[in-house]
Amino acid sequence: MASYTVIHEKAEAFYDTFERKAELQGQTHYCPGCGHGIVSKLLAQAIDELGVQDRTVLINPVGCSVFGYYYFDVGNVQVAHGRAPAAATAVKRSRPESIVIAYQGDGDLAAIGTAEIIHAANRGEPITVIFVNNGIYGMTGGQMAPTTPLGKKTATSPLGRDALNEGYPLHVCEMLNSLEAPVYIERVSLGNSKQIMHAAKAIKRAVENQVKGLGFSFVEVLSPCPTIWKMQPVEAKRFVQDEMAAIFGVSNLRDRSKEAQPRPAAAAAPALEDLPRLLDLVNGSGVEGAAAHPPQELDMRIKVAGFGGQGVLMLGEVLAEAGLEAGYEVSWLPSYGPEMRSGTSNCHVRLAHHAIDSPLVSRPNVLLALNEPSLRKFLPVVEEGGIVLYNGSEIPEDCVRSDVRMVALPFTQLADEVGATKVGNIVMLGALLEATGMLEQDRVVAALKRLVHPRFFELDLAALARGRQEFRGSAADDYLWGV
Amino acid sequence: MQKQLTKGNEAIVKAAVLAGCRAYYGYPITPASEIAEAASLYLPRAGGVFVQAESEVAAINMLYGGAAAGVRCMSGSSGPGISLMQEGFSYLAGAELPCVIADIMRAGPGLGNIAPEQGDYNQVVKGGGHGNYRTLVVAPDSVQEMADLTTWAFDLADRYRNPVVVLADGFIGQMMEPVEFAARATVPAPPAWAVRGNAETRKNLVSSIYLEPDCQERHIRKLEEKYKQAERAEVRFESWRTDDAEIILVGYGIVGRILKAAVELARARGIAVGLLRPITLFPFPSQPIRDLAKHAKAFAVVELSTGQMVDDVRLALAGRTPVEFFSRVGGNAPSAEDVLAFLEHTFPDCLPRPVAGRQEELIHG
Repeated sequence: MASYTVIHEKAEAFYDTFERKAELQGQTHYCPGCGHGIVSKLLAQAIDELGVQDRTVLINPVGCSVFGYYYFDVGNVQVAHGRAPAAATAVKRSRPESIVIAYQGDGDLAAIGTAEIIHAANRGEPITVIFVNNGIYGMTGGQMAPTTPLGKKTATSPLGRDALNEGYPLHVCEMLNSLEAPVYIERVSLGNSKQIMHAAKAIKRAVENQVKGLGFSFVEVLSPCPTIWKMQPVEAKRFVQDEMAAIFGVSNLRDRSKEAQPRPAAAAAPALEDLPRLLDLVNGSGVEGAAAHPPQELDMRIKVAGFGGQGVLMLGEVLAEAGLEAGYEVSWLPSYGPEMRSGTSNCHVRLAHHAIDSPLVSRPNVLLALNEPSLRKFLPVVEEGGIVLYNGSEIPEDCVRSDVRMVALPFTQLADEVGATKVGNIVMLGALLEATGMLEQDRVVAALKRLVHPRFFELDLAALARGRQEFRGSAADDYLWGV
Repeated sequence: MQKQLTKGNEAIVKAAVLAGCRAYYGYPITPASEIAEAASLYLPRAGGVFVQAESEVAAINMLYGGAAAGVRCMSGSSGPGISLMQEGFSYLAGAELPCVIADIMRAGPGLGNIAPEQGDYNQVVKGGGHGNYRTLVVAPDSVQEMADLTTWAFDLADRYRNPVVVLADGFIGQMMEPVEFAARATVPAPPAWAVRGNAETRKNLVSSIYLEPDCQERHIRKLEEKYKQAERAEVRFESWRTDDAEIILVGYGIVGRILKAAVELARARGIAVGLLRPITLFPFPSQPIRDLAKHAKAFAVVELSTGQMVDDVRLALAGRTPVEFFSRVGGNAPSAEDVLAFLEHTFPDCLPRPVAGRQEELIHG
């Protein structure tokens, strides 16, 4: 028989008296014979032995162990039901030197918090989770837990748990063992002294792994609940030892603590002065050499519309970017979502010499219609005297409006001639610039340089030139329309 | 710093990092996904944390953990995700944890669609979670305000130890406008109450539990006093051409922008209209609304909802001044012309009378 030491003192990681309790500050709130007292003690001893009391943050769950902070003289965070692994994740991520221990019961972890435990484990969060499984909801008065044995009568399974109605006891360790990331998974039991001594080792190992910077460590503790089970403590212990162990199995399911590598320490945070650069707020993406004042009075309310994939949004963005650089107030508002992937797409662009009230363009003075449906949809709302550029060889007969200036050019075909269908939008931009003189060429070129892939930059310049040329060829002598 | 053409959702993240945000926990959802996408790029660059959570429930509880650890942290979502986060809002407020959540509203209820709406007002401003709490809510109307109000939201969150929501809509989130970001980056020292896993903070406890009714009442009264203090000190609004206005339009976010255009259209028609745009939705600018009621004949509230903020306008006015309401929903937005038509229809008395000039013209003609 293994030798053992009787410990007469309480662990350092416990408070001497429990001042956070309203009364009976010399004893815990747990019932006689409850396993939580034992598990708490084993955990406190592990914290002591590993010398991590100052660094420990205990994540307190909802359930009987909700008041862990009464007892543990460590940093304490009490969280919502089942969410301990989520909160633990964040504490550990932001305070990697801390030792974060989530302590949860079966309702908390195996029912309402199933998603949180699985995903924390799957991310391999380097935390420690102690899962106390007593097969029942204790705090709320004995309702069925996901881990309640089949046939057991509870407050919510009065005829006994029936697999057909309530399913089977959930084997959490086995579920977690199907994941790649966890380092340590063990199910222990409080069924007898020998098992308790083994549980002490497992709990210590699970904390030690974290101290060493290894990954996710999980210990499930099969634990008695004599009060709700309506058993004498000794009887309850025997039930754990015989019945619970038979249902769940007591074993180490995984121990990779020897081969697991400590996680690399996070790189030092950059200097605050570096942040604007790291946020892409300077060097190239900001507008260098932007004009301080708008060169002319302008109020362009532009609607760009076409099929998804025709570069509708990009055309609008180039206009806005070039407008900003030219010193105008600008706004760009896209249609978004599935419309980007198929079907129609449109955006609203405004350039003005004054502050822009609404970025929504309900009465455009420029319509850039890259397909016929867009022309039909938006032509009726174009302001009198406005400009319409249409991607087609001619304006459909029933779309002609005499009070707006309309030009049809086969921009897609022209783009093919330039070298790529996808620059049809830029050919159209060239025509718009030629028609209106709204923006200087160098502002547009600078915007293109920032926005398009360098591979397409020369092609875009050619497309721009082609658009200007075609518009000149197509329009009357006083082709500079202005807006 | 130079102005940069920036998407609303991206502006939030850049402003947050400059304000010292070092953790982002979120779940993708249109039209808010660019927030998570930008955060996944910029937070690690800034030495911070980004985690794509398994759900919004997990994300908001990660915020709870991050805030408890004394880190400025944030999340972003849209209606369906914000609904899932309501549990967390309640716990955050109860445990007095500061953090910032951006809600880029889309149409609902249910899955609805991804187009812009303002239907989350009640769940965010009134609080969709349980218990006596409020969230502080700021409502940007431009990309510049997405940045500026996010910065302010972090300060408010810390000052009041409470979650703060940046409530915008799909338009503001998706559009691009020039932004001038804060010139200097900051990282505030962690608060003394935080649990940071060290000797200094070992005795600290973050919790929303007060078992004794008297203690719980004391706690609730303390929260209540904080919210009253916010109402005294933090109200923000924009007043636009209200000095001589007979009709006061009220709208927030993108609607505020549309209403500015409508004010110009209406004034060109000779109708004396002004705009009050709430910038804080909680605390709500009730007093400024009452002040305007001294001279205005009526209020006209416009929302992208079937009428949520309008209740707060009515509460502020307590029946003293008529309040009319106009809305588009489902992802539609009224144009300035629509608002003008509504005004003309609703307030025929405010239309300029047939003027003498016209009669003269007839006479001379």
